[in-house]
Amino acid sequence: MGWQKMRVAGASAIALLMMTGCAAAGNDSPAAEQPLRVVGQFELHSLDPSTAGGFFTRLQVAETLVDADVKGVLQPGLAEKWDVSADGLSWGFTLRSGALFHDGTAVTAEAAAASLNIAQGKAGTPLATVPVKGISAVGDSVRVDLTEPYAPLPAVMAHTSTQILAPSSYGTDRSITKIVGSGPYRVKHIEQPAHIDVAAFEQWQGKKPAISEVTYQAVGRSESRALMAESAQSDVTFGMDPTSLQRIKQAGKLDIAAVTLPRSILLKVNAGHEMLGDVKVRRALSLALDREAMATALLRDREMAATQLFPPSLPEWHQDSATPLTHNPSEARKLLAEAGWAPGSDGILERNGKKFSVTLRTFPDRPELPILATAIQAKLKELGIALDVKVGNSSEIPAGHKDGSLELALFSRNYALVPDALVTLAEDFAPAGSDFGAMGWNDPALTEALNALASGKDVDKSAENRRKVNEILQTQLPVIPVAWYRQSAVVSPRVEGLVLDPLERSWRLSDLTWKK
Amino acid sequence: MVSLTTKPMTQATTQPGSSAGRTLHPALGTTARVLGRRAFQAAGVVVLVSTACFAMVQSLPGDIAFRIAAGRYGYDQVTAASADSVRAELGLDQPAWLQFLDWLGGLVSLNLGNSLVTGASVAGELGLNLASSLQLAAVALILALMVGTTAGALAAARPGGILDRLTTVWVSVTRALPPFLLGLVLILLFAVHLGVLPAAGHGEAKNIVLPAATLAVGLSGLFARVTRDTMAQIRQSDYVRFADTKGLGSWLVFVRHVIRNTGVTLIAYVGVQVLVLIEGVVVVESLFAWPGLGHALVHAIFWRDIPMIQAAALALALLVVAMNTLVDLATAAVDPRPRHKEAVL
Repeated sequence: MGWQKMRVAGASAIALLMMTGCAAAGNDSPAAEQPLRVVGQFELHSLDPSTAGGFFTRLQVAETLVDADVKGVLQPGLAEKWDVSADGLSWGFTLRSGALFHDGTAVTAEAAAASLNIAQGKAGTPLATVPVKGISAVGDSVRVDLTEPYAPLPAVMAHTSTQILAPSSYGTDRSITKIVGSGPYRVKHIEQPAHIDVAAFEQWQGKKPAISEVTYQAVGRSESRALMAESAQSDVTFGMDPTSLQRIKQAGKLDIAAVTLPRSILLKVNAGHEMLGDVKVRRALSLALDREAMATALLRDREMAATQLFPPSLPEWHQDSATPLTHNPSEARKLLAEAGWAPGSDGILERNGKKFSVTLRTFPDRPELPILATAIQAKLKELGIALDVKVGNSSEIPAGHKDGSLELALFSRNYALVPDALVTLAEDFAPAGSDFGAMGWNDPALTEALNALASGKDVDKSAENRRKVNEILQTQLPVIPVAWYRQSAVVSPRVEGLVLDPLERSWRLSDLTWKK
Repeated sequence: MVSLTTKPMTQATTQPGSSAGRTLHPALGTTARVLGRRAFQAAGVVVLVSTACFAMVQSLPGDIAFRIAAGRYGYDQVTAASADSVRAELGLDQPAWLQFLDWLGGLVSLNLGNSLVTGASVAGELGLNLASSLQLAAVALILALMVGTTAGALAAARPGGILDRLTTVWVSVTRALPPFLLGLVLILLFAVHLGVLPAAGHGEAKNIVLPAATLAVGLSGLFARVTRDTMAQIRQSDYVRFADTKGLGSWLVFVRHVIRNTGVTLIAYVGVQVLVLIEGVVVVESLFAWPGLGHALVHAIFWRDIPMIQAAALALALLVVAMNTLVDLATAAVDPRPRHKEAVL
């Protein structure tokens, strides 16, 4: 064959390929025939509710006794109502009648109590920290006996680790072998770690989901996720990095759903440290941070600059009246001078011959953390504080807390994984400190206020107690708030009705509909 | 690390005159020799790689129990309490040598153990990863060979011609593009703008096209270059000229002499490149969310999932041995001339 002919043949082949390609793209089968494609960054490592990352409650496969709406107000879940004895020591959760597991068996109080007993035995879950005496089945309700009153118990029963699974979910050694829940969707197929297929459960008692099949695909890189959204390969895409999100917004072809989360990015400070123990120094660190610049330039969202620890998405805890945290380097310098720090020959602050040099630990799983850490490093350098940033694994923070070597840590904290933020706060600001909370710091007035809230006794004083907690944290700064969090999801034009849950409990896919 | 020799073996134990052919068919003799040698090598690799892996993981900084707990509970939820429960459950307080002996004992009975993070059987998880990686590598290799050797052969037909120069440009451009960037360009073109292929993911047949093409583009340039150079050289050789002179048609010369002799060089070269391919797979897998071996290994190291790291590293090492074996066998089949040192003398 001559070269001329070959070239013509090659060009025709390429042209033909492109034409078939375009034809295929234009000939999409009707949207409703396909499953809804959800893409996110998280992988499914385990089926166990305590370590499954909330997948099966987010996909509405499993239910918890108590549910919560998007405002965090508790709603009936598998339990249609609950009550507590006068002494606050005995709770009863009455199950919804007629509820069925996906294997066709009835949801019984025995099954629910069995699931909760297993959940209670798992370390590191909210239920494990509740003063539980015993969980048992009484008629059609689950009875929880406590050793001391614990008002936020219903909120704990809304946490994903307390999901109720059918007895057929468990293997002989009480480990989970498959997920048989009672929600509007049932598991069709799971390919760990990256793929979950669910389909609508025909015998679901409530409103039938408009979208009958959903597939979830985990994709690790945010660039890949953004490109999947842009190429119409995904219908709902979570975990967008700020740059991709801005590009998609500017292109204007896809919808973006957004909600501020009850999640804050904060600096944990070792208050037992010789340099950081002085509250003047902590205030100086806080004044050094230019939160608005960081939010605008790095998070690409000016409104996410934190003025206090609790974001407005935690309306009970956020105080509009609180004095906002601001950026004021000259005030910071003054406070440091009052604490005895003076610039040395190299510009680094010194006290008694010792340089102000500390280490900040953070991790890259949330991509904004390392860049925020370097911005903080630059701001502290202006004050004469040498900050060494170590980007490692998140577990180095609790490990450093335990052995006392931690100085500063940057991470993000969700205060409403249990819908009542009190549960997380009581743990984070316990007098002995906590892995992702205070370190070497406690305040009797704060402990008293949190205890009063947990006992549920003086309900009239609850608002005042929450205000007090906020005020103490704002002035004492055992953790220094840096930014708040906005969760965004990119939604394809094929679907409508996505409302993001600020509590990240559910993706509420059963409320979605195909666009006509 | 493992030796990557792909040249034909020149050492042999058989004496001249007492050729293996008397008792055994020569081809079978070569095969048995190759397999025996490689089996021995594989056993050595298993011991070396697993010992080195274990030593390296133990010497990494950070508390293993905390890292495993971070993998299990998620990075925001790892606490000292969960790390303690992991430590107790997995017996991480035991001395390291005891843990290593446990693992080695399991390996002898072909039990790779369970993942420390997911609790699932390592063999099961690795099976899926290995199959996905091999599938991706195989498709990429076939694509690269098809495109690369065809372009190389056509270029060699007219050294210095337009196609030859185009091939040179192709080689330079594809080698200069890192797979990560190339992958993004391909996604932008075929997924975002043309909308004909999925951008990333796994599970549908179409998903493999872009990651395989990303790997194949880089390789095809190299294959084209090697094919072209080898073929151009062989076309100049005495035996090809002789075949031409004795009146063989140009097609017969090409098939009988040029292709076969090019094959010897190309197979050895492909053997080396396959290893490069498996390395490149790590980056490409992460970009395209392909659940392969590279992806599994990176995660396992991050979480200090020791049984998974060891099994993945072993699988990779044994893959190298298997590839070398295949290359030896294929070379022996294409070029069955005896490889006795004595025969050369």
